[in-house]
Amino acid sequence: MAGLTRITSRLAQMLFVLWAVATILFFIFRLAPGTPLAAYIEPTFTEEQQQALLQRFGLDKPLYVQYGIYLRNLVRGDLGDSFTLNDSVASVIGDVFPYTIALTLISLLVAYLIGVLMGAVLAWKRGTWLEGWSIPLVLTTRAAPEFWLGMLLMALLSFNLGWFPAGGAVSAGAEFSSEWARFFSLDFLKHLFLPALTLAIYLHGLPLLLMRSNMLEVMQEDFVTMARMKGLSSWTIMVRHAARNALLPVATAFALGIGYSIGGNVVIETVFSWPGLGRMLVRAVAANDYPLAQGAFLVIAAVMILMNFVADLLYSSLDPRVSSGHAKH
Amino acid sequence: MATRSTDIARVKPPSRWRLFLGSLSGAGAVVLRDPYALIGTSVYLVFVLIAIFADRLAPYDPLEILFTPDGNLAADLTPSAAHPLGTTNLGRDIYSQLLYGTRSALLVGVTAAFFVVAIGTVVGLVAGYFGGWVDTVLMRLADIAFGIPFLPFVIVLAAFLEPSVWNVVLAMALILWRDTGRVIRSQVLTVRERSFIEAARVSGSSTPRIIFLHIAPNILPLSFLYGSIAVGWAILTEASISFLGFGDANVISWGYMLQDAFVSQALSRGAYYWFVPPGLAIVLVVVAGFFISRGYEELLFPRLTEE
Repeated sequence: MAGLTRITSRLAQMLFVLWAVATILFFIFRLAPGTPLAAYIEPTFTEEQQQALLQRFGLDKPLYVQYGIYLRNLVRGDLGDSFTLNDSVASVIGDVFPYTIALTLISLLVAYLIGVLMGAVLAWKRGTWLEGWSIPLVLTTRAAPEFWLGMLLMALLSFNLGWFPAGGAVSAGAEFSSEWARFFSLDFLKHLFLPALTLAIYLHGLPLLLMRSNMLEVMQEDFVTMARMKGLSSWTIMVRHAARNALLPVATAFALGIGYSIGGNVVIETVFSWPGLGRMLVRAVAANDYPLAQGAFLVIAAVMILMNFVADLLYSSLDPRVSSGHAKH
Repeated sequence: MATRSTDIARVKPPSRWRLFLGSLSGAGAVVLRDPYALIGTSVYLVFVLIAIFADRLAPYDPLEILFTPDGNLAADLTPSAAHPLGTTNLGRDIYSQLLYGTRSALLVGVTAAFFVVAIGTVVGLVAGYFGGWVDTVLMRLADIAFGIPFLPFVIVLAAFLEPSVWNVVLAMALILWRDTGRVIRSQVLTVRERSFIEAARVSGSSTPRIIFLHIAPNILPLSFLYGSIAVGWAILTEASISFLGFGDANVISWGYMLQDAFVSQALSRGAYYWFVPPGLAIVLVVVAGFFISRGYEELLFPRLTEE
């Protein structure tokens, strides 16, 4: 039952953080230059549009009433209307969200697959020239700005060699029978390749270093020594015993990585004109499209908070050493 | 470290300076012993010197539009003796921009790191030492900070403030203290149970005195570790924000140079001499920070080196 109380308390904590972030955002956007209406109403809207929005968000009412309406609308998924795109924010975000998810998941999967394998190998080859050269190289990929990596790859593989398209998600004029057909077309995958490769190079360092240090730690433990004394081959020990135990924290990092990448993709999506949430946020902010900027930010934050929660649960359920009680005194 | 502090606490009140210098010389010793830390520190020193003397080292004003002797605009020149890294499409000297970019990078990096670590350390010390509701409030604040996506936050902030490199510093100070704060707090929880703290408490030391004189010196190496990583973070963030076009267009930074190159089609023209150097400069500074922090890690977790 201790597990259940833990989940409930974490859930409460997650909702609290969601509420706090939404509240902070409400006040930041009320500081928008001009009247309080500026956050929702563009001067070019027609009189009727303005009146309708005034009603919908209670913009003529006192601040605390507006705040109440804001929270209520948020719960209903109503984020207002975009200034620039002539559509509701929720529907605009719904359109671009799959692109961000596709990019994030593919690059994280590749990054973690490669990172975990290389990390395990490097732990096994500790003290060799391979390790001596790999670690600084991996640190370099973590130190390089991701958009710069993207620029290099684009200049080299796209402009110089012409292997991949330089931006966008599908070729101009391409038509598909359905949304699914679009996401699985060769054209889409070709466009996805460069941004995903860039992100994978940038992201693989964390799982690699984590896996390596976990492996080194696990290999010191009694059960590995025991296995060695039983005469098991090094391969069996590495895969069956050490790697399995070293994987636990990596799984947690993966969940966290989804949340952080969705926020961090902003620059990569801009470099490759990838029609995702991050690029949408940048364009909304540049165009003073406040409702869209606010909505995009909230969705990114919500995904991140949700993933923090998932990571937390994963961590405690995968690792029996973490007790559910707080270490208080 | 622990035994020495115990002696100090028992014998007489320690001098502030002795404790401070003690942790500094500890830091110095790490730098000299660890080759990585030595490389990292040397790289930093070189960049600091470049930043200080940028106006004397740079052959041109970084924003000046140059002309060739025959009166034409000196645009898109490939590297030559007169322009070691060529010129931009508007006829500006890239090498001079690169040198000047060191200034804003280091300025933003060091200031942001200072605030992040200072706030995080104080929060961690206070939360860890007092516990109770103070701890609860501060840690819930940290939870909220962990719920705010950092880069999007800087972008939204940039929308409401004047474009300036200081937006990055402000955003980092507001959000990124969370990591340092949490780690320092858990460290304080273990330190405050040690006997020399108990001794200080029994002998009537005031609370601020215990926190800042007895506990803080044990925490400082950890703060340095986070600081050396935070400098790199700040430089990377500043570069991203400038690249996205939310930076100050009147201040030359490496991120601004990359954005300039990107929007001026330097990629399709294959002008590698334009967009490779600023990125390499960023990599060098950030890796240097990693190398220094690696040295501190060996000070903090000596177990790793004994294998």
